[in-house]
This record gives sequence, C-alpha cells and structure tokens, in this order.
Amino acid sequence: MGDISPFHFQVVAALIFMIGVLGVLTRRNMIVVFMCIELMLNAANLSLLGFSREIGNDQGQILAFMVMVVAAVEVAVGLAIIISLVRNRDTMDIEDVSQLKW
Amino acid sequence: MRTALFWVFSISAVASALGVVGNLRSPINSALSLVVSMLALAGLYVLLEAQFVGLIQVMVYAGAIVVLFLFVIMLLNLRGSGTRGAELQPIMKAIGSLVVFGSTLWLVRTLAADRAPWPDVDAGFGTTRAMGEALYTDYVLSVQVAGVLLLAGIVAAVVLAKKKVD
Repeated sequence: MGDISPFHFQVVAALIFMIGVLGVLTRRNMIVVFMCIELMLNAANLSLLGFSREIGNDQGQILAFMVMVVAAVEVAVGLAIIISLVRNRDTMDIEDVSQLKW
Repeated sequence: MRTALFWVFSISAVASALGVVGNLRSPINSALSLVVSMLALAGLYVLLEAQFVGLIQVMVYAGAIVVLFLFVIMLLNLRGSGTRGAELQPIMKAIGSLVVFGSTLWLVRTLAADRAPWPDVDAGFGTTRAMGEALYTDYVLSVQVAGVLLLAGIVAAVVLAKKKVD
C-alpha cells in the first residue's frame, strides 16, 4: 500500500479515540457525550481491523463485527434511557444527573 | 491511489470527529459530523481489506445509529445546546486539547520506529463470503448470543422509553 504502514492506521485510531475521550470529559450535553462514546468504539474497531490486516488473520474482523452488534444495542438502550431522563427531569445537562457521583 | 485514499479518508474522519466534539451550537450538527466520520471510517475499513465490515459500518452506523440519534434529538425538540451555562470551561478546553495532542504526539514518536510491512493475504480476505463462512461455522455460538443480546436490547429499549413505568 505504498508508503502507508499499519502504524498509520493505528495513529488515526488513537487520534479519533482521544478526540472521543476529550468529548466525554468536556461536553455537557448527554447526546453529544453519547456520540463521543460511539466515536471511541469506532476507533477501537479501526485499531482491531488494522491489527487484523497487519497479521493477515481475519478473526479480528469477526471481533469488530461483534463490537458493532453490541454498539447497536448500546445505542438503542442508551437513547431510551436519555428519553426517559429528559421526560422526567426536563434537562439534557449531565451535571443535573449526578446522583451516582460521590 | 491507496495512499491518496488513506489520507483523504483519515483526514476527513479526524476532522469530522473534531466537528462532533467542537460543535457547541446544536447536537444536530454533531450528529451530521458523526455521519461523515462513520463514512470515512468505512472507507478506511475497505482499505484494510475488510469489505464486509465496511459495508456493515455504512448500513448500521451511518444508516441506522445516526438516524436514531437524529430521531431522538428531534423528538426531544432541543433548542441550542440544551444545557444551562457554558458548554465548556476554557480551562477544560485547554487541558483536554493538551492531553489529546500530547498523547498522540507521544504515540507517534514511540511507534514511528515500527514500520511493519503488509503481509500478503488471499483474495477472499474479509469478503462477505469469508466472513459468512467464519460466522456460521466457527463463531455460530457468538452469532446466537448476539441475537439474544439484540432481543434483550429491543425489550429494554421499549420498556425504558415507555411513557409510564408501571
């Protein structure tokens, strides 16, 4: 693949993952925080697929597929939780939902 | 050609990921940035010979998950960022950016020595046929567990989003 090494893909994955971490740590809108979690899951998938191609074994692709299945379920359940939170408290701010924080 | 595609896809993936985080006006704009990021990542997956996973990425992520996000945002009818007060404190912005770019630079420096070559893979690597054969023979138990998980997810989503908990 020309001058692109497997390492380049890992750097892209790390960058996207760190951007997702930054969003989770700094944003206050629940839905945006949730989207950042999706970004982190996708970065992990990119890393898995990069290593899978690097060692020439397609089992990593099966694992990435399973990660996508779990991510789809997670989005459905998480958005349902957000809907019921907004319905009961009328806020999208994660600072307002901190009963589990100590 | 592949080198150019790699740069196009990775730069648009990272830029639109920044757009998801950095857009302070409306979650809808963040969701649209997320679509671009997912599509660019699907391109990167195809460059890594993972055609099937790239296809599923376009269908599940760009097609279903982001639509679900947009649906919920519009259902809740949020104006502005939907939060009270500032979305980001300047000190958090500074610390966060420093952490992100510092750790990435560190990673680049540490891994830059490692320039492993690409191994040759056979023509069927990552195609729908190869994935299907693996999923329905070696990993059939995982597929069944995933099915049960999806069913549990559907039930949980319906119960949680019900208007009245009885």
